[in-house]
Amino acid sequence: MNRIINLTPKDFETDQEVRWCPGCGDYAILKSMRKVLAEVGRDPDEVVVVSGIGCAARLPYYLETYGFHSIHGRAPSLATGIKLANPELDVWVVGGDGDFLAIGANHLMHILRRNVDVNLVLFNNAVYGLTKGQSSPTSVPGTRSPSTPDGSVDPAVNPAMLALGGNGGFVARTADTLQDHLPEVLLRAHGFNGAAFVEVLQNCIVYNDNAFGDLTSKKNRAENTVIVRHGEPMLFGADNDRGLVYEPVRGEFRVTENAAEASAHDETNWALAAALARLDDPAAPTPLGVFYCAPREDYLSAREARIPYAPLSLGDLNDLLYADSWRA
Amino acid sequence: MTDDVVRAMIVNDDPGPRTVVRFAGDSGDGIQVLGGEFAKAVALAHHGLVTLPDFPAEIRAPAGSTFGVSAFQIQFGGDGVITPGDEVDVLFAFNPAALKTNLDTLKQGGLIIVDTDAFAARNLKRAGYAANPLEDGSLTGYRLMAIGITHLTAEAVAPTGVGRKQAGRAKNFWSLGLSYWLFGGDRVPTIAWIESKFSSMPDVVASNVAALNAGHAYGETMELDAGDAAHGRDAELHHGVFRTITGTDAMGLGLAAVAALSGLKLTYCSYPITPASALLHFLASLKGRGIVTFQAEDEVAGITAAIGASYAGGLGISASAGPGMALKTEALGLAVAVELPLLVIDVQRAGPSTGMPTKPEQADLNLALFGRHGEAPLPVLAPATPSECFRIVIEAARIAVTYMTPVIVLSDAYIANAAQPWELPDLDTLHSIAPTFRSDPDGFEPFTRDPDTLARPWARPGTPELAHRIGGLERADGSGNISYDPDNHQRMTELRAEKIARVANAGLDHEIGSGATSGDLLVIGWGSTYGAIEDAVSRLRRAGRAVGHLHLRQIWPLPTNLGAILARFGGVAVVEMNQGQLVRLIRSEFLVDARSITQTSGQPFQVGTVETALRGILDGLEEPKSQIG
Repeated sequence: MNRIINLTPKDFETDQEVRWCPGCGDYAILKSMRKVLAEVGRDPDEVVVVSGIGCAARLPYYLETYGFHSIHGRAPSLATGIKLANPELDVWVVGGDGDFLAIGANHLMHILRRNVDVNLVLFNNAVYGLTKGQSSPTSVPGTRSPSTPDGSVDPAVNPAMLALGGNGGFVARTADTLQDHLPEVLLRAHGFNGAAFVEVLQNCIVYNDNAFGDLTSKKNRAENTVIVRHGEPMLFGADNDRGLVYEPVRGEFRVTENAAEASAHDETNWALAAALARLDDPAAPTPLGVFYCAPREDYLSAREARIPYAPLSLGDLNDLLYADSWRA
Repeated sequence: MTDDVVRAMIVNDDPGPRTVVRFAGDSGDGIQVLGGEFAKAVALAHHGLVTLPDFPAEIRAPAGSTFGVSAFQIQFGGDGVITPGDEVDVLFAFNPAALKTNLDTLKQGGLIIVDTDAFAARNLKRAGYAANPLEDGSLTGYRLMAIGITHLTAEAVAPTGVGRKQAGRAKNFWSLGLSYWLFGGDRVPTIAWIESKFSSMPDVVASNVAALNAGHAYGETMELDAGDAAHGRDAELHHGVFRTITGTDAMGLGLAAVAALSGLKLTYCSYPITPASALLHFLASLKGRGIVTFQAEDEVAGITAAIGASYAGGLGISASAGPGMALKTEALGLAVAVELPLLVIDVQRAGPSTGMPTKPEQADLNLALFGRHGEAPLPVLAPATPSECFRIVIEAARIAVTYMTPVIVLSDAYIANAAQPWELPDLDTLHSIAPTFRSDPDGFEPFTRDPDTLARPWARPGTPELAHRIGGLERADGSGNISYDPDNHQRMTELRAEKIARVANAGLDHEIGSGATSGDLLVIGWGSTYGAIEDAVSRLRRAGRAVGHLHLRQIWPLPTNLGAILARFGGVAVVEMNQGQLVRLIRSEFLVDARSITQTSGQPFQVGTVETALRGILDGLEEPKSQIG
């Protein structure tokens, strides 16, 4: 177990034809995952990719590892069972916003609070793709869709805030087209000992095209996003000439034109992470990066320390059976 | 058929002396502790016994209310005791509400033991009595022992210095002491249990022990005598090594046996629900020996975590009761589709919806057989007695890993909570369970099949060069790749059905449970109705009727020889605690005019109820019997 070998992204291609729409952001995420898996170097036979239902959930079929395409929303609990039976396996859980935030939001919360050592990759395209375009939990209010012809009424959920509120130990956000940043964040997630949650802003070219264009296009990226890294000042703009100043009392940011004034990111600070996660201001950039990383004991290690599993011998069984016996 | 059941049948022709005692009081009176300790003492005195805990779902309902009454019934005697008894010989009523709600269980001339201190105006009014039944002559058809149990207990524990509250709590032990005097029972093991249970509270130990001894001394001093009602003392079990076991504990030990026999890491994933939670508690008490327990966030997480565990090479188990079973059905479909071993245990309770959480019913059979989307057959097993839970879960696990299939085990609230003596099996007689994990990459495909069992290979993640993908989308025969091919779906549907059909060849034996092997009427039952049917059939046979009893342990697939057995009888009757679910299966599978005897009261069948119904059917068969069957 834990054999590290030399791999290339190509080693993770399967013989199955990829069935996503041409131009789907999922291709970019698949590419990054192959790259990261090769870089991590874990034997593909010790890697398991679990998914629920939806476009994103087809991903396991396209990775040359063990894979389980299960039922809608339940991939986190299935993954928990896999880890219970074999904690040594390297487990990834992938799903869309319907899978993780609607039908399976409950399981997401519990795998995070337990800190089961898996990597959770949310493909957030703010729409139901496979069922043909209905509004999703992350759709902005007013979204017109076949199920909401007059515009959706319900406010959206903030995935990173949900993960932080659910006692997640690792919470990050990135986007499909950021082919340097996405693998960087996935690699960080893999290195986290516990449930690592990565929200990937992903474009659905058919039903919600350009939903994150302001953030992901080359033209707008520098102005509209701020990539945060632990210990580094939170700077943005084409010349990195502006920054975010964290105001801890209010738990909010102010934009500064004086880069030297910008606050440094501290990914161990939950309040700062929450402020980044919920920053949603037309006058400020959208944060991307590892918002929160607070290492703690993972679930299986904690269980093993408290109640170590040991096989039961027939002798043990005999003792159990005859413990309260009597002879008539 | 297990040895204990066979033996019970053989001796059942002569039921011998037996006694039925029922304890009833407030749900805060410690009735279940009293009953449980009494049952242990009865067992240690070498009697056969069956218990029936009968308690409300509320943890501690308002004192004195009729809906808060908790009861515990026990029948004891010799080997022939296989039910908790129809009519009660001795009723302990700790308050007016307990008397009011339990008097109809007592036989005419039976003995009532009451705590007179509890028969004060307030309690009488709360129970709905206009006058004190101890004084108004309404109990003249019974023997009455009126004892001031509350104040006698208070006097007995006074020297230990405990407060009034604890003194009040000790009256169940005072009554236990009195019961030991009346029916036999050794106080020493009970005192040891009290000392261990309350080890951190020495004053509680002192007061409970003082109460126990005082109750016994009271009976002795007053020369109290239960008379004929104590006849159960005169019978004993045959020689052997026994332990008293509930269905829950037998099932837990059965799962432990699966761990030892298979070497698999059992992974038990479930969500708390009455009456299945007790199994989680039992397994958690093993502290990781052979079995990992996981309290999931909901029923769906319970079963999907179990499926994940089986996928990873453990054996996933989930347990629940009706409402939770309904939630698990989508995941059961997944387990059928991906063909992984899985045990799902349904401790049935009265439904629908929340229904009566502590009361038994057998109304989830249709759910177990048919309650899935798509064509999703799977084996369904049901233990007949508490001790049989041990063997049934072993069989269920063997089928699950041999055929790579989920298996449902249907228990119920009665089997789970009832206790009986269990003659312990010799471990050498248990066959090992040998899971086969695929390791050879040569020619590996995840959905090629064993030619005999049609099982697909079990290829654990972590096995070199066997990386593959499975999922709920239809899989191509062989490769397992996604396939929407019409011929492939037709073939895979048929293969999944044929695989389960083949379980019939390897399943449990289904010889006639007892009685005639051919004749006028075959009575078919399943699950916890075993004792009531067996006793009723025995009575009919003693009356010269040609009646047989067949008790199904495997309900799907049905045993291959069942049709031949049915043909040997003039008629068929099916007895079950629902509105006729198995009977419809028997009718549709064998095109026989099977008669239906049902009950959905939340109480186990009484022997007399079954006997009367069977007599009615037999009488109706006299003339046209050749046309039936």
